[in-house]
Amino acid sequence: MKTQYDIEGGNFSKAGFASSEVKRMLKQLNLDIKLIKRVVVAMYEGEVNIVVHAYHGTAEVDVSEKRIRILFTDRGPGIKDIDQAMQAGFSTATEKIREMGFGAGMGLPNIKAHADELNISSTPGKGTQVEIICYIKKDHQNT
Amino acid sequence: MTVKDVVKALNLTVYSGSDGLDKPVNGGYTSDLLSDVMGNASEGMAWITLQTHKNVMAIASLKDLSAVILVNNLQPLEDTQQYSNQEQIPIVGTTLSAFEISGRLHNLLNSS
Ligand SMILES: Nc1ncnc2c1ncn2[C@@H]1O[C@H](COP(=O)(O)OP(=O)(O)OP(=O)(O)O)[C@@H](O)[C@H]1O
Ligand SMILES: [Mg+2]
Repeated sequence: MKTQYDIEGGNFSKAGFASSEVKRMLKQLNLDIKLIKRVVVAMYEGEVNIVVHAYHGTAEVDVSEKRIRILFTDRGPGIKDIDQAMQAGFSTATEKIREMGFGAGMGLPNIKAHADELNISSTPGKGTQVEIICYIKKDHQNT
Repeated sequence: MTVKDVVKALNLTVYSGSDGLDKPVNGGYTSDLLSDVMGNASEGMAWITLQTHKNVMAIASLKDLSAVILVNNLQPLEDTQQYSNQEQIPIVGTTLSAFEISGRLHNLLNSS
């Protein structure tokens, strides 16, 4: 099952909207609550990164029997050094955005900690793709 | 202990989301960094912060938090209150600092 969401760069009042839609959908599918919680954290951080750092993007959410896959694709400045971006505390957010509580440099580390797989590819000056996978089976085995 | 009990015991002001006052509070998390709360808070916690904008409620809702406690007499913005009403997650406030209210909430939850 596939759904797609538009994410507008700079629109803070809508930040988290796609994530709450996805949370609602996963709950309807009756998936394990711990799994849903992990997906929600990863989805939110990916969504907000487009709002904060990019111009426009989409989130494609694909749920199969085995896994939930979220693919974020954006047009934006891209990420020059992905290893550096992954480091906890690294952020290029402006002072104004930091005052709102964004820009702690914890978003990508949060995704890493909560998802089973995280793959980032980026072309500086063009945009970024972030793929997040959470396995469904694995979660059930853990509980 | 419910949000209502916490409001009474700590003399808090209820700004919005009063339909959620019966939610149980099972802990607290004090932070002004949104990703910190996203990554580290858990369901049922009351979130102590000085952030008053709408994104606070997006996180409170996604994380199933029980309440948001605003410190230093800060008041939620209008659209933040609307979001809180809609999600039935109360926003409450105190004149105390984050340090003071965190200590009191911690004591209260540990003694109940
Ligand atoms: N979609 C994106 N487009 C461009 N740059 C990005 C994107 N996502 C992340 N980055 C870069 O990676 C850095 C680290 O991202 P991360 O999500 O960890 O922290 P943050 O967004 O700055 O702060 P936080 O997520 O804690 O609010 C960002 O500051 C930014 O430079
Ligand atoms: Mg981020």
